[in-house]
Amino acid sequence: MRLTPEEESMLAGSRGEAVRDALRYQLAVGEFFGAERFVPVTNAHMMGDIEVMGDGGLAWLKATGAKRARACVPLTTNARCFDFEHAAGLGQDAGELAKERELIGCLRDMNALTTDTCINYQTLYQPHLGEHVAWGDTGTVIYANSVFGARSNFESGPAALAAAVTGRTPEYGFHLDRHRKGTLVVRLAAPLDDLADWGAVGKIVGERHQHYYAVPVFTCRGGKEGPPRAHPLARTPIADELKHLGAALASYGSMGMFHMVGVTPEAPTLEAALGGNRPVDEIVIDAAALERVYAGYDLKDRTATLVVFSGPQQSLFEMKALAEGFGGRKVHPGTQVFVTTSNGVKSAARNLGYLQAIEGAGVTVLEGVCFYILQNLAQMRVANGWTNMISNSAKIVNIIGAHKFNTILRRTRDCVEIACSGKLA
Amino acid sequence: MTSPLATIKVARAFGPVVEGEAVVSTEGFSPRYDLDRWTGLISKPGHRLEGTNIRDKVLFFPTAKGGIAAGWAFFDLKHKGIAPKAFVFGVTNPVMVQGAVFAGIAITEGWDPPPGEVVRTGDWVRVDPARRVIEVLRRAG
Repeated sequence: MRLTPEEESMLAGSRGEAVRDALRYQLAVGEFFGAERFVPVTNAHMMGDIEVMGDGGLAWLKATGAKRARACVPLTTNARCFDFEHAAGLGQDAGELAKERELIGCLRDMNALTTDTCINYQTLYQPHLGEHVAWGDTGTVIYANSVFGARSNFESGPAALAAAVTGRTPEYGFHLDRHRKGTLVVRLAAPLDDLADWGAVGKIVGERHQHYYAVPVFTCRGGKEGPPRAHPLARTPIADELKHLGAALASYGSMGMFHMVGVTPEAPTLEAALGGNRPVDEIVIDAAALERVYAGYDLKDRTATLVVFSGPQQSLFEMKALAEGFGGRKVHPGTQVFVTTSNGVKSAARNLGYLQAIEGAGVTVLEGVCFYILQNLAQMRVANGWTNMISNSAKIVNIIGAHKFNTILRRTRDCVEIACSGKLA
Repeated sequence: MTSPLATIKVARAFGPVVEGEAVVSTEGFSPRYDLDRWTGLISKPGHRLEGTNIRDKVLFFPTAKGGIAAGWAFFDLKHKGIAPKAFVFGVTNPVMVQGAVFAGIAITEGWDPPPGEVVRTGDWVRVDPARRVIEVLRRAG
């Protein structure tokens, strides 16, 4: 990689051991990908909690803190594994909880904003077209690239922290124009009137093209020969829909970017989105394709004792919809329902009365966490006798398998019905 | 030096030279989605390698699956003493590379020929990142 005089000096230790180590690490990653240089970043978002880091990660973080590592651009944190208010009730481990507090303290000492949210793009920071950032989790990255036209690779915890400490990241992947062009076309021909439908689209496309550099271009127009058809949505997609689509594409397909013609900033037309690429595939997603997704889940013992709205955390608008769904009703005895959101959204939901409506039904609302990374989740599953996990998030349905849940995707309204009736159809 | 029985060229590589028993998967991998990170067993129900232990193995996967959390996971596996020797991916993503570099575990991307043609689970292989090759040294059993 070509280094600037400043970077040479950082490598020589002019800004201390922590900066030197971080840049060395970034250099190794950059060289793997053939990056030619570093680009400055304005914002970093990192995943770091005791469940993902383990004791080894915490020991490393403490050692790095002792080297006076300090974020030099705003560094926010992703959803973590404890909501301290609910930890005891969930039977989470007190020793791990103490480590989590220690870890948070360590990050704050490094100048991090411990915001604990995976929807930073909805609640904290919206980078502009062409702005370079260093973000993780994957849902934040695909949203930044696709919807804002900002530029980020998947930056895992150590990589995002290194970027915050050095203020730069190696220029490869989605920082470069050549990886941002569409590689396949997806024609949407289904109504897509529930968030789960958008996730299901992400599942269909992601499973078929598991590749970081696969960039789907969504369009609602007819085939090449035929005239443009009316938009099947008859409206423009909203942020929460694009969030569920992106999260699912990233999860099932390891994808970091998509375009939607007439919707996202680098896709004024199909041709512009493809940028001269010949699409490797053309997929049509109609109502029947969506129904096949929903019909494809094994219902196992048909129990409906766990319903989850998480992964990503709920926006205020999703909280409003849940308040309308659960308001005045009760969760079926024997069924547990979890919602996860950010501290800010929960606070706003309380002010607006949504939280009371949701909690009044017997739903547990957790803040600052994702259900999937809750500390002790595998043990919690056994202790509660959970077999099936029902969710409207295609992402969480995909990722929680290692904890041996049998997962089932259902539309939001169906999830509410299942939660209140205890019956899985 | 034993002359290899077969050689796979890789496009990109990082890490030390390592040798180990090959595990060749036709399904992609995520240390978060598919793995029990306390035992090192692939635990996702229905994964084609379900029940396989990854410790000290050279793992061949066609693809990487999502998951930013994987960036810490490899370091954690190493800390727990259950890390594999190397990851050999057909196509990977930055998280796997960032995680492997962070943990000091060998990782490669891109292969020619595909491992399915020249290496089987149980074969003994050497990964040489600097030379960008993977060599099959001994056949299983």
